[in-house]
Amino acid sequence: MANILLEMKSITKTFPGVKALDNVNLQVEEGEIHALVGENGAGKSTLMNVLSGIYPYGTYEGDIVYNGEICKFNTIKDSEGKGIVIIHQELALVPEMSIGENMYLGNERGSKARIDWNTTYAEADKYLKMVGLTESSKVLVKEIGTGKQQLVEIAKALAKHAKLLILDEPTSSLNEEDSRALLDLMLGFKEQGMTMIIITHKLNEVSYVADKITVIRDGSTIETIDNANHDIDEDRIIKGMVGRELTNRFPKRENVPIGDVNLEVEHWTVHHPLYPERIVVNDVSMYVRKGEVVGIYGLMGAGRTELAMSIFGQSYGILTAGTLRMNGQEVKLKKSAEDAIKHKIAYVTEDRKGNGLILSQSIKVNTSLANLDSLATNMIIDKDKEYQVAEEYREKLRTKTPSVEQLVGNLSGGNQQKVLLAKWMFAEPDVLILDEPTRGIDVGAKYEIYCIINDLAAAGKSVIMISSELPEVLAMSDRIYIMNASRIVGEMAASEATQENIMATILRSGRGD
Amino acid sequence: MNNNHVLAFIKKNTMVIALVLVVIFFSVSTGGKILYAQNINNLISQNGYVFVLAAGMLLCILTGGNIDLSVGSVVCFTMGIGALILKAGLPTPAAALAMLAVGLLVGMFQGFWIAWVSVPPFIATLAGMYAFRGLSNVILGGYSVGVGNETYLKVFGGGADCYVPDFFHGTGLNITCMAVGIIVAVLVLVSTLRSHMVRSKMGIATHAAADFARTVIICALILWIAYKLAQYKGIPSVLIWIALVLLVYGYITQYTSLGRYFYAVGGNEKATRLSGVNTNFVYFRAYANMGLLAGFAGVLMLARAGHAEPTYGVGYEMDAIAACFIGGASAYGGVGKITGVIIGAALMGVINQGMSIMGISANYQSAVKGIVLLVAVLVDVLSKKEKA
Repeated sequence: MANILLEMKSITKTFPGVKALDNVNLQVEEGEIHALVGENGAGKSTLMNVLSGIYPYGTYEGDIVYNGEICKFNTIKDSEGKGIVIIHQELALVPEMSIGENMYLGNERGSKARIDWNTTYAEADKYLKMVGLTESSKVLVKEIGTGKQQLVEIAKALAKHAKLLILDEPTSSLNEEDSRALLDLMLGFKEQGMTMIIITHKLNEVSYVADKITVIRDGSTIETIDNANHDIDEDRIIKGMVGRELTNRFPKRENVPIGDVNLEVEHWTVHHPLYPERIVVNDVSMYVRKGEVVGIYGLMGAGRTELAMSIFGQSYGILTAGTLRMNGQEVKLKKSAEDAIKHKIAYVTEDRKGNGLILSQSIKVNTSLANLDSLATNMIIDKDKEYQVAEEYREKLRTKTPSVEQLVGNLSGGNQQKVLLAKWMFAEPDVLILDEPTRGIDVGAKYEIYCIINDLAAAGKSVIMISSELPEVLAMSDRIYIMNASRIVGEMAASEATQENIMATILRSGRGD
Repeated sequence: MNNNHVLAFIKKNTMVIALVLVVIFFSVSTGGKILYAQNINNLISQNGYVFVLAAGMLLCILTGGNIDLSVGSVVCFTMGIGALILKAGLPTPAAALAMLAVGLLVGMFQGFWIAWVSVPPFIATLAGMYAFRGLSNVILGGYSVGVGNETYLKVFGGGADCYVPDFFHGTGLNITCMAVGIIVAVLVLVSTLRSHMVRSKMGIATHAAADFARTVIICALILWIAYKLAQYKGIPSVLIWIALVLLVYGYITQYTSLGRYFYAVGGNEKATRLSGVNTNFVYFRAYANMGLLAGFAGVLMLARAGHAEPTYGVGYEMDAIAACFIGGASAYGGVGKITGVIIGAALMGVINQGMSIMGISANYQSAVKGIVLLVAVLVDVLSKKEKA
């Protein structure tokens, strides 16, 4: 029996009106990778905030036993002093500072009066090597990609002499290759005796790295599953997370008759808005028919979002060539989202918090925003009708909320995504471009989003679904485009597509630049 | 549960409660003098410009915590222009319209740089603050220019006799004033009733009890103010203008898509642009409108002062900004209401006046204002922190 490094005993944390954690127990052995899984809002992050001292001792009930002693953390500094370091989902690096400066931010080397830059950079370089980065620590953070930034975060944690490393969704913004590299790095650390807790939605990662899996649901620990052989069935984890057996993760679409071509682009070429010499979408031709769901699969950075946003009224980049036809007629969209919406195109962003929703406003206000004119006469809004519309979509999409007056910022990720969908469905588009519609949301909410996509297709809409999750693309699409290095490198009917031949298509096309 | 309700109520109405407490404090400390009819009358006339400017400033702040520093200088500049036009013998409407037009042009000029050239608002309006202070000096030649036009003074509420005349010639009590108060109160009550009927017909959930309680309090307040004013000289004409501005802007912000877009841009500019809203134009409108209202404040101030001087209007922008923040506008944009601005401006006005009556020097008054602003924002920040 290995030594138990951390034990959280019957942790209960209440916020005004809500019990976020109810009697949660967690045991982590020294030298293991422990995965924490659960739906959005299950309480994973709250638990980690309790552990790291963000919620200080006394604001929760229960005990944290670390290395055999009861801990009373008041600040993050206290927990870091003991070697418990948390790496948050959102990268917390200052882009304009060098890697070394970032790593020792708040933990500066040298004396109070003078920072010792030589030590700083020498030590930083040492830790960078440990995470497999060859960059000098004097390089600015903004000059390296997201994948490497995530590694810098880990190096930063190592520099704090971490004994217990907590990674909150470390791969959510990484492409598959970088994710795999990061997971392998974790396994390497384990060899050296480091203990880690990983929070993630990606169940294949869980089964790959985790030795034990603790499932949290509705603020309580449901079970801890052993995964010593790294062979656990994903459905087994899902069962614990949602509390029931999900027989099918993807709902079947009824046989929807597929109609004429609705939207078509030809030789579509877009250049980067700031560096016009860089081509981000290269001679792309594609189409989508009525009642059809077209998947665009590609790794992050393949140019998928850029393609979608450039179709949506040139909201991104500089269009240098290409024609756009709707229902066979050539359309020249003005450089504004307004014009695209007028032509019945909608773009549901991958970045719901940054580009999609107004978190400080109510569900109602967000729902109506893209089509406010339809609720207004002479710019005067019919507020009662607005309420009814929001209520109608709340019911239709089964958004979980006490009322449509609720602020969107208070909703969970899955429900926020539903509000975003409601907003664009209310804009009554014929062509709906969904960019990563299920990113960062849990299995149950994903299923509901898939149902909505099916309903849209059944209503004769054209859906373009961009995704970097292969199973999702395979199950949901009628036809799949494969994108790599700014180009469409393959097209196949869903019936012919498999994970293998899609990946093979990408590899054959070469990585480009 | 009950405790939670009380807490929620306090959080939601912090500044209203603060206003009530401050009024009670000064009623005691001034021996009730602050509630004299004349003092209530003065409170309105003296602070008219704050209400008008704060309504415009709110729109700027809504777009993302942006402020307009040029307001005081623009008020002074338009006052100068108005005074010169009246001196040249042109009639009242010509002067007033010219002042509004100049204000609007100035606002459009600054708005252009902010919206389409992306000059930070702080800098664009700081430039305006210097430039228009200087230009006020230039057009007035450094001197004070008086206004002799009686119509102008009466219409815009300056001088001694600028009240709405009592058509019923009541003795001791201005009957017109009282009647207007009653009519307004009834209108408020009827509109609440109507919206309730429409909503219940459409099956929208309502909080009948809370809504009616609030309406009753508002009506009582309207009647009380009307009664106080009636005891003195009736409705000051400046009150009509202030009420008009507040009603129009309250309506725009709450009921029109034009107003909704100010909130949307402040809440998330990118999301708003991708929803098909021309966000540059929203910024432009906020600053163009601020200029227009600065012009209007100039109209009112010229009537009140009776002359224009190159030093007038200093610090007005700060009063307007403070009223917005005390009234609950978020320094990050996207949150704030005209009703809040009214409370904020009233709170500052009451504090000013209360201290004046107590005979506290102006220097202390300024210090107290600063503390009130800090505390108000502190309350806001802390109550948000608890939620997170």
